[in-house]
Amino acid sequence: MDSSTNETLPNNVENKSVRILPLVLKNVSYEKAGMRLIKDLSVTFNFGSLTVILGPNGAGKSLLLRLCHGLIKPSKGTVDWCGPKVSVPQRYQAMVFQRPVMLRRSVIANLSHSLKYRGINKAGRTQKIDNILQHTGLSRLAKVPARLLSVGEQQRLAVARAWSLDPEVLFMDEPTAALDPAATHSLENIIGAIKKSGTKIIMSTHDLGQAKRLADEVLFLYRGRLLEQADAGQFFEKPNNDLAQSFMRGELLWWNRQELKPPEQLKERRQK
Amino acid sequence: MEIGDAFAAAMALIINFESGLAEIVLLSLQVSIIAVAIACLIGLPIGAALAVFRFPGRTAIAVILNAMMGLPPVVVGLIVYLTLSRSGPLGTLGLLYTPTAMIIAQICLVTPIIAALTRQTTEDLWQEYAEHLHSIGIGPWRAVTTLLWDNRFSLITTILAGFGRASAEVGAVMIVGGNIDHVTRVMTTSIALETSKGDLALALGLGIILLALALSVNAAAFIINDAAMKRHG
Repeated sequence: MDSSTNETLPNNVENKSVRILPLVLKNVSYEKAGMRLIKDLSVTFNFGSLTVILGPNGAGKSLLLRLCHGLIKPSKGTVDWCGPKVSVPQRYQAMVFQRPVMLRRSVIANLSHSLKYRGINKAGRTQKIDNILQHTGLSRLAKVPARLLSVGEQQRLAVARAWSLDPEVLFMDEPTAALDPAATHSLENIIGAIKKSGTKIIMSTHDLGQAKRLADEVLFLYRGRLLEQADAGQFFEKPNNDLAQSFMRGELLWWNRQELKPPEQLKERRQK
Repeated sequence: MEIGDAFAAAMALIINFESGLAEIVLLSLQVSIIAVAIACLIGLPIGAALAVFRFPGRTAIAVILNAMMGLPPVVVGLIVYLTLSRSGPLGTLGLLYTPTAMIIAQICLVTPIIAALTRQTTEDLWQEYAEHLHSIGIGPWRAVTTLLWDNRFSLITTILAGFGRASAEVGAVMIVGGNIDHVTRVMTTSIALETSKGDLALALGLGIILLALALSVNAAAFIINDAAMKRHG
């Protein structure tokens, strides 16, 4: 990385060598109350690309992210970090949730809280916070209580807070689901900058446009199964899986394959 | 004495803040404030830890704490009395009939209230924060301190509720303090005594002060909460 880019990036990027990646999931299943919500999922996440997990509501996108991040444990199968620093994988990850979790503190205090628990001293914190506030356009809001921010600003703060931890892997669970187009645009710019700073991003979305704008790699998830993993270019041109094809055409995915047609037609067919 | 005359006499006592009255009021405040402060040191971490930690018997402890919020003061007084009396386990300390004994009794009364209310409000906040705090890798004890700090405004209400309980109860301090003049006489015990003696003016005067205290404590809780909501959302 040359020094000119270094200056525009908020974090210490020169030591962005691989520490915990790749992340390998083997035959992972997750059950809750007798329901299998993630089914026999195997996938490997590698350094470098931005991975988008695509799929309709209830596909298991959020669960998959939480399994990867270690917030929940798989009922079956294994989730393994295979890099050199796997003894403390949590240290090199961060996550942004669909609904931003705002501590009842100012913007600055929200940032400094997580930095403090990562063992960064006061001087280091101040510097990092100034830097991150500038890069996320939150400087003028620094002293405002976080819970008084607009939803868009709150999500930007949540992303800034995760970014400030300088993670190797950043998980994002539909980060723009509650945002309007302007806020989405500004957040996508920040996501782009985070990717450029050398962080592996794994995010879920059900917004096809967003997936097209951001993804290098796509996982298509449907009813707890991984139906397709492909390069973004290839996936958006022609996905192999028929359900992914329907999803790309903007069709509503019904519960079973045979029911891909709207219910009225099904009814007629049954009557015949 | 007519009630009207008693009332006028009471007002005169308050306005002059005559020394006997002042002594009683100050001792009451001293005992209750120290008791509540110590109860906070015990009850706040216990309440927040109950909200965060998951262990067998957690629900049982929460139920018992909730039940202990309504402990009858005379029973607490009796137990503390037995503990501190000459033949009791702590009899050698010679604490019975001292303000310290009254503080101990009030700590027993207030700690469950503070712990139980803290657990309730902290649990709601924990629901909201849990994933984020797990995500940044904070251990449970640091989660407890984060939650206590972020919950500080509703905890003020909790603490004031504890203070209200401590300053208003009469049974416990009567038994362990003995209502000794100039030593352990507080507002509630004096009211009980003066009423039975027929000195309605002093009783009424102290009663008015006690009411005013309760009112201002609650007003303060309301104002602090309101301001916090406006400032912090």
